[in-house]
Amino acid sequence: MAVDEGLKSELQKQGIFVLPFEQLYNWGRKSSIWPLQFGLACCAIEMIASAASRYDLARFGAEVFRATPRQADLMIVAGTVTKKMAPQVVRLYNQMPEPKYCIAMGACAISGGPFKDGYNVLKGIDRYIPVDVHIPGCPPRPEALIHAIMTLQRKIASQSVTGEHLRWYDKHAPAEYAIPSYGERDLEPPANREIWHPPRDYRDVTLDEVKKA
Amino acid sequence: MEAIEKIKEVAAQAVAGAQIEIVNSTPAAQQPAILVDREHVYAVAKFFKEDPRFQMDFCSCVTGVDYLAKGDKPGFIEVVYHLYSVAQKQGPIVLKVRAPRELDECHVPSLTPLWRGCEFQEREAYDLYGVKFDGHPDLRRILMWDEFTDHPMRKDYEPPADYEWEPTPHDDTLQRAVQEGGIMPPTAREELEKAKKK
Repeated sequence: MAVDEGLKSELQKQGIFVLPFEQLYNWGRKSSIWPLQFGLACCAIEMIASAASRYDLARFGAEVFRATPRQADLMIVAGTVTKKMAPQVVRLYNQMPEPKYCIAMGACAISGGPFKDGYNVLKGIDRYIPVDVHIPGCPPRPEALIHAIMTLQRKIASQSVTGEHLRWYDKHAPAEYAIPSYGERDLEPPANREIWHPPRDYRDVTLDEVKKA
Repeated sequence: MEAIEKIKEVAAQAVAGAQIEIVNSTPAAQQPAILVDREHVYAVAKFFKEDPRFQMDFCSCVTGVDYLAKGDKPGFIEVVYHLYSVAQKQGPIVLKVRAPRELDECHVPSLTPLWRGCEFQEREAYDLYGVKFDGHPDLRRILMWDEFTDHPMRKDYEPPADYEWEPTPHDDTLQRAVQEGGIMPPTAREELEKAKKK
């Protein structure tokens, strides 16, 4: 896809833009991320502030909050996910069309936050759905959410639109994530082992692994 | 409103046979409460509601409190009602009733027939403390899901084992992780092996 830079620049002066289709396609995708209108706790207030005039998420094309998962590209998990709510969050994510993305906003959504020792709060939504961007903060400021959107835009821009390596082009990849059920003491299962693994301490990384990497 | 001793006296006269006691479980709060036995609490509450001197038309708060056994004294679950009178701008009268901690014996009469506002709060006390309110119109869990079997605000409640987030479990946490077989990061595994060798 190499186009001579000089030629490109010369053509641009004449109003002709030469670029790979992928770049154009991803530019369209990343500039119109429609989030799901979905708030769980206090982080939702910051999300609303981001969308309102002062911080103006519309500058990034992400201001169209959709009231249905069928029209949304992005789920912003804004707030504490209680164990009672978690199955519904996974169900909503399953209902979104591919390609879909997820931002876990705030300490609660990424780890359970101040409530992680409690009996009723999920210790991070990444136990059940894949998260693209984690934002720490309690709650994160609107700038942090905007930074997360920009990070996601960079991720989208770097994705190839052809080839088999994308999950949503893979016939055999699971289209849905397992919805946990309510158990007698806890959610069953407590985490989706296919997508979530316990965190590992960097001190445990062996020399062999470093060499391999 | 009259002093607590006077209130106790009036209530004892109105409800024959009621065992009424003045308790002050938190002296710092400076708010002594009236403890009534389970058989007569409904009658005493009804008296406070209907007597023109009190007219307690509003039950603002229903709470459960768990007291574990202490020495020879057996443990109990206490249900606390805060009664106010909007009509006479007075209150609160703090009404308490106690039941044994054992789940099958932990029954108290419901005051929902007197104050409709108790309904959800008694459901909450049932959900979190396991107190069964006899005469409650719709005693179901309200915060936890229906399939849940524990009562998580009880002091002997054990939360489900979940050690994934604990990067370096030690002491009691490590012991429990060992017993309940939670997934552990390698540091914990090393610690575990050391502990086993000992």
